[in-house]
Amino acid sequence: MHSTATLEASQTGVPKATQRSAVVHSVWKTSIRYTVVSAVLLGIVYPLLLTGLAHVLFPRQAQGSLILRNGQVIGSALIAQSFTSDKYFHPRPSAAGNGYDATSSGGSNLAQSNAKLAQRIQGDIDRLAKENPGTPVPIDLVTQSASGLDPDITPDDAYYQAPRVAKARGLSEDVVRTLIGNHTEQRTLGLLGEARVNVLELNLALDDSAK
Amino acid sequence: MTANGWLQFAVFSLVLLVTVRPVGIYLERVLEGGRTWLDPLLRPVERLIYRLCGVNAEAEMSWREYAFAVLGLSAVSMVFTYAIERLQFYLPWNPQHLANVGTDLAFNTAASFTTNTNWQFYTPESTMSYLTEMLGLATHNFWSAAVGIVVAVALVRGIKRTNSSTIGNFWVDLTRTTLYILVPACVLYALLLVGQGVPQNLHAYTAAHTLEGATQTIGQGPVASQEAIKMLGTNGGGFFNANSAHPYENPTPFSNFLEMLSIFIIPAGLTYMLGRMTGSPGHGWAVFAAMFALFTAGFATAYWAESHPYSAIRGATQTATATLPTGNYEGKEVRFGIADSALFADITTDASCGAVNGMHDSFTPLGGMVPLANIMLGEVVFGGVGAGLYGMLIFVVLSVFIAGLMVGRTPEYLGKKIESFDVKMAMLYTLIFTFIVLVFTAIFVLLPNVGLGTTSNAGPHGFSEVLYAFTSGAGNNGSAFAGLGPNWWWNIAMGFDMLIGRFLMMVPVLALAGNLAQKKSVPPSPGTFPVNTTLFSVLLVGVVLIVGALTFFPALSLGPILEHLLLKSGQLF
Repeated sequence: MHSTATLEASQTGVPKATQRSAVVHSVWKTSIRYTVVSAVLLGIVYPLLLTGLAHVLFPRQAQGSLILRNGQVIGSALIAQSFTSDKYFHPRPSAAGNGYDATSSGGSNLAQSNAKLAQRIQGDIDRLAKENPGTPVPIDLVTQSASGLDPDITPDDAYYQAPRVAKARGLSEDVVRTLIGNHTEQRTLGLLGEARVNVLELNLALDDSAK
Repeated sequence: MTANGWLQFAVFSLVLLVTVRPVGIYLERVLEGGRTWLDPLLRPVERLIYRLCGVNAEAEMSWREYAFAVLGLSAVSMVFTYAIERLQFYLPWNPQHLANVGTDLAFNTAASFTTNTNWQFYTPESTMSYLTEMLGLATHNFWSAAVGIVVAVALVRGIKRTNSSTIGNFWVDLTRTTLYILVPACVLYALLLVGQGVPQNLHAYTAAHTLEGATQTIGQGPVASQEAIKMLGTNGGGFFNANSAHPYENPTPFSNFLEMLSIFIIPAGLTYMLGRMTGSPGHGWAVFAAMFALFTAGFATAYWAESHPYSAIRGATQTATATLPTGNYEGKEVRFGIADSALFADITTDASCGAVNGMHDSFTPLGGMVPLANIMLGEVVFGGVGAGLYGMLIFVVLSVFIAGLMVGRTPEYLGKKIESFDVKMAMLYTLIFTFIVLVFTAIFVLLPNVGLGTTSNAGPHGFSEVLYAFTSGAGNNGSAFAGLGPNWWWNIAMGFDMLIGRFLMMVPVLALAGNLAQKKSVPPSPGTFPVNTTLFSVLLVGVVLIVGALTFFPALSLGPILEHLLLKSGQLF
């Protein structure tokens, strides 16, 4: 690799200005050819190769972890969807589009020093406090996630909502609490991330248990 | 803060440490033309690329030729991406029939991806077609990452070589970096991500009929292939607007761990490569130690700040319980919690990545100051691929210069005398960054209709949003406080902020490389300041902090520091 021949040295005897323009010319030519060749490799071959491999190795995940009921897509296990009925667990509030818009992800981007943030959170706390008087509201239930599509709530959040869901479905609270326990995913290897409950999967389990 | 949070930090650090040596050795082998176990498969591809592009792989380049080639490729590929954005409606792989991108946004985005910044003034899932993502943007994730790495390697060669007029061959370095390092790593890594739940398809968006009878349209795409290079190449441009906070980009705590590790793995390995190539392994580790110290300080501050309860609300659980390690949850995801969000924010801005798994804009004032300050320090804490190492080597030159001044001798660095030209190039590098950040910010603060008036948050936080934008652009980071109302002025100003911050800073680095390469080596004397000691690491950290603080403390005190003090006294905006 380390031959001593340089572009400059190979062109001795040619006037300097001509040398320079020859170098510049060759840089442009190589740049254009290099852009085209490597773009095909990196921008077409690489992603298509991976699409093929992914569909063979992990077909469900490659399609977006979609959940089907009676042949119809009802959502993705990874993407929060809106729930407002009392008989369902509710996801965290969403700033994605007009709420849970999976073509417009994002957070509120409100700063702590923004009065709008304090008012919004306090309003939600006061509303929820009527549901469960005396119990502090889990903070994740009243804060908007970064993606607006957070599929999870904390176990505390789920247990906080359990009395409402149990009452609306005419179930005993213990049954609902057991279901939450079964659907709680602990930290990975007991170490990474935080414990969480997938809202859509929990709600599907609730519906299934009613059948 | 919880014990588990610190344990996660410790485990992350340990895993990173284990990778440093093998990665460093592999980097050196690839870039110094050694054999790798991938040769039987990739050597023919490498030769084919040289033939198709008319590259003479044997020729060596002077620093000027090397710089020309960097600029040539960057300019051509930037025009290439601009064209794809402007024509995407007529091109294939656009199942959502997204319109052509407007001129100013297309310029901003092309500049952003060419410079390894990946600043995004658009919502990707409703703006960019699959073809634009793959062919227009992901290609730049490879190119700009490889360009960063090869410039760092050229500088290391400059330190290593003596009486040499050349510093390598740009095309060969670029091709080998891409083929032997980035592509194979990304194929494996992307598959791991798909296994965790990151989609990889070319379907139209999914229409889901929800349990409550509503319709939800879910964005899809070739996400995993792009996610892999976005992280490994410290690019950071999200396939979705929420970036690595989006469950499709970063679905599990394990994928999150991989993403954090992949930001640091090449930059950390480069420190080992530095020590190995210059024949001073201790120097590589001394640089690593300085970086690690700054990394730890950043995490500790951010984690501490984000664990604090939000003082403006009452009636929510805000003190940590066993099941809810609580704190500031606005703009954070449950699966990551406080610790992983703070760690990610620190890593992504130590490096020039700029991917986010939580919204920095909604961090506490002091928690949000950590990513901002990290970028202001020059992203030299492991840093962007290549850019972090050459940025830190600039500070190394300044450190040995200062040490030389203290003892009254001509400073030397690994056998090379550091003279006037070298220090001038180092100062040029430092000053260009400072100049564009502060001047652009000042202009946009003084133009309320296009700058400060467009921010979503008022008071000192609005100022922080403007400051963060230009710092992130000039530092080629790409993370944002967001909250800006993009307009023509923003697109154009940020475009130039990023281009200057990349290329005007890269040229002095290559000039330094060329100047060092042609020097002769002098044997160490008793007056030589050793660069493989703890004392050196401490001095290096000191120089980084002092240069950063002297430059940016006044701006920081008008932004996050003022906001913190006012918030403590109950003042909202």
